[in-house]
Order: sequence, then C-alpha cells, then structure tokens
Amino acid sequence: MLMNLFTSFMGWIDKRLPVTDAWNKHLAQYPAPKNFNFWYFFGSLAMLVLVNQILTGIWLTMNYEPSGDGAFASIEYIMRDVDFGWLLRYMHSTGASAFFIVVYLHMMRGLMYGSYQKPRELLWIFGMLIFLVLMAEAFMGYLLPWGNMSYWGAQVIISLFGAIPIIGDDLTLWIRGDYVISGATLNRFFALHVIALPLVLVILVFLHILALHEVGSNNPDGSDIKKPKGSIKPEELSKFTFHKQYSEKYDIVDAVPFHPYYTVKDIMGVVGFLILFCWVMFFAPEGGGYFMEAPNFEPANGLKTPEHIAPVWYFGPFYTILRIVPDKLLGAIAMFGAIVMLFLLPWFDRGIVKSVRYRSKWHLINLIQFSICFVVLGALGTLPATPVANMIGIVASFGYFGFFIALWFYSKNEKCKPVPERITD
Amino acid sequence: MSNAPVINGRRRFLTAATAVVGGVGVAGVAVPFIASWNPSARAKAAGAPVEVNVSKLEPGQLIRAKWRGKPVYVVRRTDKTINDLAKHDSQLKDPKSDEPQQPSYATNEYRSISPEFLVALGVCTHLGCAPTYHKGDFEEKVEGVTDGFYCPCHGSKFDMAGRVFQSVPAPLNLVIPEHSFPTEGTLLIGVGQGEA
Repeated sequence: MLMNLFTSFMGWIDKRLPVTDAWNKHLAQYPAPKNFNFWYFFGSLAMLVLVNQILTGIWLTMNYEPSGDGAFASIEYIMRDVDFGWLLRYMHSTGASAFFIVVYLHMMRGLMYGSYQKPRELLWIFGMLIFLVLMAEAFMGYLLPWGNMSYWGAQVIISLFGAIPIIGDDLTLWIRGDYVISGATLNRFFALHVIALPLVLVILVFLHILALHEVGSNNPDGSDIKKPKGSIKPEELSKFTFHKQYSEKYDIVDAVPFHPYYTVKDIMGVVGFLILFCWVMFFAPEGGGYFMEAPNFEPANGLKTPEHIAPVWYFGPFYTILRIVPDKLLGAIAMFGAIVMLFLLPWFDRGIVKSVRYRSKWHLINLIQFSICFVVLGALGTLPATPVANMIGIVASFGYFGFFIALWFYSKNEKCKPVPERITD
Repeated sequence: MSNAPVINGRRRFLTAATAVVGGVGVAGVAVPFIASWNPSARAKAAGAPVEVNVSKLEPGQLIRAKWRGKPVYVVRRTDKTINDLAKHDSQLKDPKSDEPQQPSYATNEYRSISPEFLVALGVCTHLGCAPTYHKGDFEEKVEGVTDGFYCPCHGSKFDMAGRVFQSVPAPLNLVIPEHSFPTEGTLLIGVGQGEA
C-alpha cells in the first residue's frame, strides 16, 4: 500500500522532472571501475567536508559580527557564550584544514593514476578551479576572526597585487577599500566568503561531477572499462544493468554500479575520516598551532607585526616559492606560476599510459621527488626564513617545477609496461 | 505570420546592434559594482593629515604616529647617526634614492626635510610588515652599522634613512610620506612641504 503510493508519487514526479533517471544515471546505474582503492575515498570526503563547511558556516554567521570593532569579540562570544558555539566553530576551522588535506590527497590520486590525461583534461581543469576558489575562500575566511595573524596574513597577500607594475598600488587600494586593511576590507571579504565564493564552489563541484560522468571514472590500472560496442562477448560483459547513456554506446566491463557498491565503500571512508576529524576537533582543535596560529588569539593590530608571519599550513608550499625569490614581482609570478603549472599538467604529460603502475621508473621517481618537494616546501612555509631554509627552499622549488619540465621531455617516448586490456585485481 | 521577405543583412545588423547595446548596458551596470569597492567618503576622511609634536623627542628616540592606519616612524637622529649615514653606501640597493619612494623635497642624502628628523612609513616594502628599530645593537644584523631597522617577517634591513640593504627581500627603500613642519617642533604628516 505504502510502496504503491510511493511508486505512483515518483511516477507523477518523473513525468515532470527526471528524478529517477538522474538517480540512475549518476548513482544506481553509473558504471564505476571495480578496482577503486584507498585513494578513491577523497572525492566523496571532499564533498562531505564541503557540506560541513556550508552548514557550520551558516550557523556561525548567526552570531558573527563582520566589523572591525566587533569581529574579534563576536568570535569570543561564539566560543564562550553561545551554546555549542565552540563546537560549530571548531567544526568549521578543523574542516578548513581537513578540506585541504583531502583535496591534496585527491589531487595526488589524479597524479598517480594519470586521471588528468585525455579525455579528462576539462575534468582536471574544473578540479583546479575548485582548488583555486578554495584557496581564495580559505584566505578570506582567515581574515574574519580579525586576529593579528588574520590581519598581517591578509596584508602580505593583498600587497602581492601591489607588485603588478603601474596599476599595483591602485589595485591594492581598490581591493582593501581603504588605505590599510580595515573594517571595509573585512566586510567585503565576509560577503565573498559566505555568499559569492561558496556559490561558485558549489557550481564548480557540480560541473566537476558532470564532466566526470561524461568521460567516466579512471581507475588505478588506467585501463578503460568502456570498450567499443560489440567488441566484448556477451558472457564477459558486466552482469549489472547500467544506464543506457553508457551502455548504448559502449560495452562495459569490470564495472559495478556506484550505488550501492561505492556508496557503501565511501561510508567506510567517512567513518575512518570522522574518527580522525573528531579526534583533532575535540583534542587538538588548534592543530598544534598549525590550524589556528597563536598570534590570532590577540586582536588585529596594524601597528604591531607578529614576530614571525606564517601562513596557515595549506598555503605553505606556495608561500615558500614566493619567499625564496628575492624580487617581489618575480616572486609573485613564481608563486602563481606554480599553480598555472598544475593547470597545464594534462599538456605537460605527453604520454598515453595513465597509471604509474605501468609507466617507467623515471615517472615513479619523478612523482616521488615531486611529492617530497611539495611537502618540504609546505614545511618551510611555516618556518622562519633563514639562509639554510632558503637554500632548501630553492632546491625544493626546482624539484617542483622540474617535475613538469622533466615530464614533458620523457613522456613523449616513455618506455612503459603493457597496460592490461582488462582490470587486473 | 506575414510573408515579408527575409533580409539577412538587416537581421545580422540588428543582432549585432542589440549585442553592442546590451554590452554597453552590462559595462554601465558594472560601474557601480566595481566603484563601490573604492574607499568610501568616510575612509577618505579618516585619511586626513595628522599632527605630531616632535619638540620633546630625545636624540635617538623613535615615536610611532598613526596616519591612514599605517605606522609612521619619526626618529630624531643623533649627530653620530647623521654622520654615519654616508659610510655604508656601498652596501645599499638604492643609496642615492633614485626610486620614487619619497617626495622631491626629501630626495637627498638624509631622505628628509632636515637631517635631524627621519619621517618614514614603518611598512616594509617587501610585504608590508612593520620593521623593528634596533638602536645600538644593529651590528649583529649588518657589520659596522650601529643603528637601523630590521623586519622580523623576512629579514629585510634598512638604515637610519630608511634605505634598504643589499641581499634582502625588500626591493625598495622605506616610503617617506608627504610631510612638513608648519612650525618649529610640529610635524604634519599627509601635507607636503610648501603645499599647505
């Protein structure tokens, strides 16, 4: 009786909006390669964190006051006087760092298994745009507590625009809306942080997933699960029913429907993630001074620079690249260049074989050195600039940029192992 | 439906004209959105000149004034400091103040109106931090120079005329703001010499 009611209700809806069809196309009948491993947790985890940030963010705005005089005090008010305000705020602040952890791992997965290669270039570009907007979102969010590190961190980053010849000074004045960072800057950052950028972020995530489902998911082997129509014997075809959008054009092998197989797997990931997340949130919400920096526990003061200005850890790699270049404009160019390189990765890699499993040992070595350099750059970004640190930073920057240059050279005629036609494990 | 003949050229013209008019409209609408980011009238008013009494400043002493929210360092230089300024030119990036970091009336060896008073923005030209004043213990930063400014952010060093030393991240000398001395012992920051 109840079931019948539901069926006829969905029938009514489906005649007016293809809800069941969309559910099948993107979840219940979406063909996902059967060999997803640990590295495939981080896409869904990033979505979970995004939901967490939006939800806790909305609740924080209910008690936050975006003004130069009131911001710092309103954060303390949230922490002390609002019921569970401390929890909402720690969910949000821990979520910010968690966002970057899962996104960096998600990107690492793409690097390892060649998920940026043809035909997934646009998917990768959308991902990089998400990364870029996420960095802007995090940067603007960090100003809102109006602590002294908020203030001076923003000062450093905004003055980067001052390095642009001719228009630089006017541009920084326009961004700040004042001769110094002030309540005017805080207010516009607040507006962008809570409305504009989250909207853009959600739209980009939507496009990222649409683009993914158009080209199909890559997998740790890098071999295609979509074979030309008619090339596979019927008894070797995947036993599952897939949406006709996929199965009409291709013979699909070695795949399972995303739901329930990977929704269940991802729940495992969520459980593991939440255990770690809650541990940090309840027992070390300041992340040892890396998630929340000590100078940010005193209010913004334009006349007093903190002893040592360090960005939050997730900006570390790019900040180090900025800092090791003695020239301001060139430093800023190098920093933005580091991100541009990532955007162009699909075109630096001229190889056909996707997964590191079947590529040359040079590629493996290159990937390992890149990861090490990235971590080293990140660590240096949080440390004071000493001559030794600068030397290490220069070496690591060469490693970072060298990854792309070397890739371009060896990928053209790379000696790879044969990629199996079918998924191996 | 009329059966009037289709003139494609006219259709293309109308489409193009509509697009151009629409484009102008979008550009026009963008103006208030972009312009609203400029400093407001209130912010501009808050950027008004600031008066500082410097008559009671001891030689070697630094006071901080706040002008447009930025720290302005005012130092009454000692005779020794003034004499020492010329001795380390070879270690500086821009010893002759060729870069336009100061008003024309302060483009001299002391980067000031009178040799006695240094008036400079306490904002490092690298990334905007506030350099700290090292009086007498600057030699651990630069050998042979007793006083100077050291930026704690990225280690930039400046001498007692706000001139930047070589091989530090800061590209330029400290900014000398527009300033003047309307009467003996009164410093006016924000209004240039001979303007008021």
